[in-house]
Amino acid sequence: MSEAMLSIQKLTKRFGGLTAVDDISIEVPERSIYAVIGPNGAGKTTLFNCITGFYRPEEGAVRLAGGGNLERLRPDEIARLGVTRTYQNIRLFADLTALENVQIGLHHRLRTGLVGAILRPPAARREEAWALGEARRLLAYVDLAEEGDQVARNLPYGAQRRLEIARALATEPRLLLLDEPTAGMNPNETAEMIDFIRRLRDDLGLTVLLIEHDMKVIMTVSQRITVMDFGQKIAEGTPAEIQANPRVIEAYLGRGAAAAGKGV
Amino acid sequence: MRLKTDLTTLAMWAIGGVILLAIVIGSVATLRAGGLSARAWRDLVVFGLAQGSLYALIALGYTLVYGILRMINFAHGEVFTAGAFTAYFAAVPLFSSPRFNGRAGELPLVGGLVAALGPEHPVIVGVKLLLLLAVSMGASVTVAVLLERIAYRPLRRAPRLVPLITAIGASIFLQYTFAGLYGSNPQTYPDVPLLAGKTTVLGVEILRAQLLVIVAAALLMAVLVFLVQYTRTGQAMRAVSEDKDTAALMGIDVDAVIVRTFIVGGALAGAAGLLYALLNKQVHFYMGFQPGLKAFTAAVLGGIGNVPGAMLGGLFLRLFESVGPSLFLQGLKIPAAYQLKDAIAFTMLVLILIFRPTGILGERLGAKRA
Amino acid sequence: MSRSLLQHPSLRSGLIAGLVTVFLGLVGFLSAFQDDALLVGHLLGANRSLTLGTAVVLAALIWAGARAAPAGRPGWPAPRGPLYGALAGLVAALVLAAFARLGRSVDLRAIFPKASPELYDMVAFSGGAFAGEAGWELLRLLILGAAMGLLGALWQGLAPRSRRLATPAILLVLGLGVFAEQFLLVLAHNGIAEHFRGWLFLKGGGLAAPGAILVAVLAVAAGLAAERGWTPRQALARQAPARRRAILSLGWTLALALTLVLPWLLGSYHSDVLDTVGLYALMGLGLNIVVGFAGMLDLGYVAFFALGAYTAAVLTSKESFLAPCIRLVEGVCAEHMPLTGFWVAVPAAVLVAGLGGVLLGIPVLKMRGDYLAIITLGFGEIIRILAQSDWLRPYLGGSQGIAGIAPATIPFSGIAVAGLRKPQLLFYLILAACLLAVFIARRLRDSRLGRAWMAIREDEDVAEAMGIHLVMTKLMAFGTGAALAGLAGTLFGVKLTTIYPHSFALLVSINILALIIVGGMGSIAGVMVGALVLVGLPELLRDFQDFRWMAFGAVLVWMMLNRPEGLLPDAERRRELRPEGAPAAAD
Repeated sequence: MSEAMLSIQKLTKRFGGLTAVDDISIEVPERSIYAVIGPNGAGKTTLFNCITGFYRPEEGAVRLAGGGNLERLRPDEIARLGVTRTYQNIRLFADLTALENVQIGLHHRLRTGLVGAILRPPAARREEAWALGEARRLLAYVDLAEEGDQVARNLPYGAQRRLEIARALATEPRLLLLDEPTAGMNPNETAEMIDFIRRLRDDLGLTVLLIEHDMKVIMTVSQRITVMDFGQKIAEGTPAEIQANPRVIEAYLGRGAAAAGKGV
Repeated sequence: MRLKTDLTTLAMWAIGGVILLAIVIGSVATLRAGGLSARAWRDLVVFGLAQGSLYALIALGYTLVYGILRMINFAHGEVFTAGAFTAYFAAVPLFSSPRFNGRAGELPLVGGLVAALGPEHPVIVGVKLLLLLAVSMGASVTVAVLLERIAYRPLRRAPRLVPLITAIGASIFLQYTFAGLYGSNPQTYPDVPLLAGKTTVLGVEILRAQLLVIVAAALLMAVLVFLVQYTRTGQAMRAVSEDKDTAALMGIDVDAVIVRTFIVGGALAGAAGLLYALLNKQVHFYMGFQPGLKAFTAAVLGGIGNVPGAMLGGLFLRLFESVGPSLFLQGLKIPAAYQLKDAIAFTMLVLILIFRPTGILGERLGAKRA
Repeated sequence: MSRSLLQHPSLRSGLIAGLVTVFLGLVGFLSAFQDDALLVGHLLGANRSLTLGTAVVLAALIWAGARAAPAGRPGWPAPRGPLYGALAGLVAALVLAAFARLGRSVDLRAIFPKASPELYDMVAFSGGAFAGEAGWELLRLLILGAAMGLLGALWQGLAPRSRRLATPAILLVLGLGVFAEQFLLVLAHNGIAEHFRGWLFLKGGGLAAPGAILVAVLAVAAGLAAERGWTPRQALARQAPARRRAILSLGWTLALALTLVLPWLLGSYHSDVLDTVGLYALMGLGLNIVVGFAGMLDLGYVAFFALGAYTAAVLTSKESFLAPCIRLVEGVCAEHMPLTGFWVAVPAAVLVAGLGGVLLGIPVLKMRGDYLAIITLGFGEIIRILAQSDWLRPYLGGSQGIAGIAPATIPFSGIAVAGLRKPQLLFYLILAACLLAVFIARRLRDSRLGRAWMAIREDEDVAEAMGIHLVMTKLMAFGTGAALAGLAGTLFGVKLTTIYPHSFALLVSINILALIIVGGMGSIAGVMVGALVLVGLPELLRDFQDFRWMAFGAVLVWMMLNRPEGLLPDAERRRELRPEGAPAAAD
């Protein structure tokens, strides 16, 4: 394995008295699929929010290969360095079309400013044409070539997930953070999504960091796993190691099963 | 890239810094030049406290509604006007017609009582003031409840800007409704016996009307705190402000709680309206607009959604407005500094939103994120 | 029992109609329009006119009937419709009778100054030609109410097709009647008023019966033609593409030509109204970029209008403190710089306003939604207070404002926009500014920047996570909007030649916001419609001035409750402003 694409060191995020992310260190190798798992409220999404700059961590560092430290940057700066995310509860621009959603993702790769937009010189026209083509290409890549003019809110659930990924890809990321990409999907769709995530790594050379609940997905798709509970890292390793780790089984699977029994 | 971030932040702090510096320089200059006498300062402070407790009462209405609905009830200033202006029409007969002042016997019982005790007897004046308070609160509560029922309730699930625009529309509509109904000329409240002149409290000279305002506002706020903290309604209000859906699941009638919130806010605004009219003597159709804006500022100042914050914010803001022009604007050699009084409040608002957007005491009554 | 009775449609509608009418009477609305004759005709042996005020009362009664009797409503079989309608009208008439009775026995004027005896005569349809005994009067009012309610119910029972045909006819007749005086003025300006007097319009204003009938018949005929596909649009669709394009471009040319001669057809007064509409449309286009495109509610937009106006005034007024300097500069380089005054002031004002927008924007744009609204409102007020203060009087003139603003000139012709033809000439400047603003707004909307604004409007956090620099992007919206307001401010100064701080009150901001909302947020065509409706109509209907703001407030509330997307919505905004799954119109 090569150098780490993302290296998180001793990251801590507190909300009042609650420590949502507690001294977490993770090394995500380049071109790998890395999973973070843990029960609800373990701090996974908070971790994502810290990486993408939505929250400012109290302590620790987040380093991106070739991009320096992220922990003091704004979300848009981090996106421009090549880190983009999707959301657990899909957050598309619901009233815009699929095409517009992707075009917005292309934002920082375009240059046209206020004056260019008004005067529309040849360079701006060329850029717009390129953006349109690129957006259509990305839509085709996620199998939504026909749905470009549909309003995002009217797309079926699976298509919305894929559109969200297409929008993220439009920002030309090197590191893609997926927050529960298969949540709410049937086994068929889930299998497709697993396939798709692999293609993202193999075709596009992306590094993928994902949060997932579905054990089967994690064990099939990811190369390394970090397990979080109460904001802390309780284990790290390959899928096989994690499956064999008694602490994980006790803390995560055991409690998860108990919780499932109560109908949560 | 970093540079841009720093530029905007820097610009914000620079603006804030310049304003703060100006305040300090101005104050120092005023104080060194001698400026006003100690007594004049004290009068300004007392004036600020009296008007500030009115702001606090109005600010509570903003804060309560914001805490529960997350919306700025822009028309709250007009709720205040409704009370003050309507009560005027009760105040005129009560305090200036002979019928209620013991000089004519048309109403045997009332007239007799008034004649026996004299129209300036504290009991008679007190009863009349309570009557006025009832009228004022009643009018304000009616307007507040109608507002909620007609304009706000259908918009519970609408995007955030929609209720705000509705509230702005309602505010303008109500203002000009008052102008149409009651006339667009300012009206002067009749003199209330016992409230004219000054008295001395703890060695400080104070206008009697100011004293009444401060005491009444303090009482009302105490009642409100009791209501919010110790009654079932208050408990339900706090629950709804934390999380409407969960509260509904717990069997709380959310709509009823919201109506009660508007009633409480309206009653406080009505009381503030009457007190304002007793203190400032004049009522007119747009009288609620400036106090409404200021009270909103006060609510933000104290941390919107935060009950003690609204009270503190109201007092602080008005004190600042009252003392400010004489304190630092005059020191900066600005002529007719009192003209800029209103600008001070908005400058404060800008400063607070820049440096401490959650207000002095922080947002509460269900802290919201983002 | 009492509750179910209150639920009865007749009682409810009647009460609402009656109380609304009483309300309109008490605020003075009805009496204000008692002098405006809508229709004049020969009735019962004398010339009688239907005034606008009376028409409103009648409309309320008809409305009550129509509302009480929706045709074929489930549970209320249609045959009962007329009965319910008549009952509703009766209830409304009873409310009016009670109000008149109350008013005549107790003097309400101590509280409500507009509660005059004339008002009671009006709502009770008594007095004047109708004077009579009290009992007879009550009976007549009740019969009238029931008849009007019945009319409403019958209207509701009409086939949709008949209603579709009749509605435009009625609206047209009413519109012509309401604005009869204005039409006559325009006709007189063109020297052809005499041809229309007598049969269409009457001397004192109002529509004559033959004219009204003719107009209605024409409108119905047009409706029938449209049903058969005889509309211009469909006729055009039948043409071959090449020909269609030719016709279309001819049409556009004609429209442009008509626009260009419009001020001369309208005359000074109406051109002046058109100028005002244009100024507001210009500001609406600017604010639309901020509110409609980027979703930031700016209630202090008037501040930039003021910045532009004051900049232009300071640069061009003879009374300005800068005047000596300007004369000096002009003296030195007048030969090399023929463009002084207005054409220097325009870019300066645009620049100052735009910069002001950016500067004021920096500290406030981190706020969200409603905070932003209040803080911009605060800024607007600060600017006005400063302009009004004695402190800046040496520079801005305090409450006296700045007078003697130099007139604009039409470029390359040396014609000064002044004198008798000023409103007409100014129209061209304002038209050019509006066209420029439309061009800019459209280009921006369809650009990278426009998409970034939409993204921010929809979800700020995600927009930022997708690499959009929030503050910069918002500042551009704020700056562009402010710059357009600055342009409008310059033209405003030129139009009035004197500016006062009180021209820049908060209500101007609200007015602009209202016209955007009425037109449809984010919609460019909507801004134009909104400006015509909200600025043009009140200017024409002078008696309406007093109720302008009340109507604005009501319109804002009504639009938000029933049609948040506006009259001419932008497709995306419509989707957005409807809460999930809500139908187009709640009852």
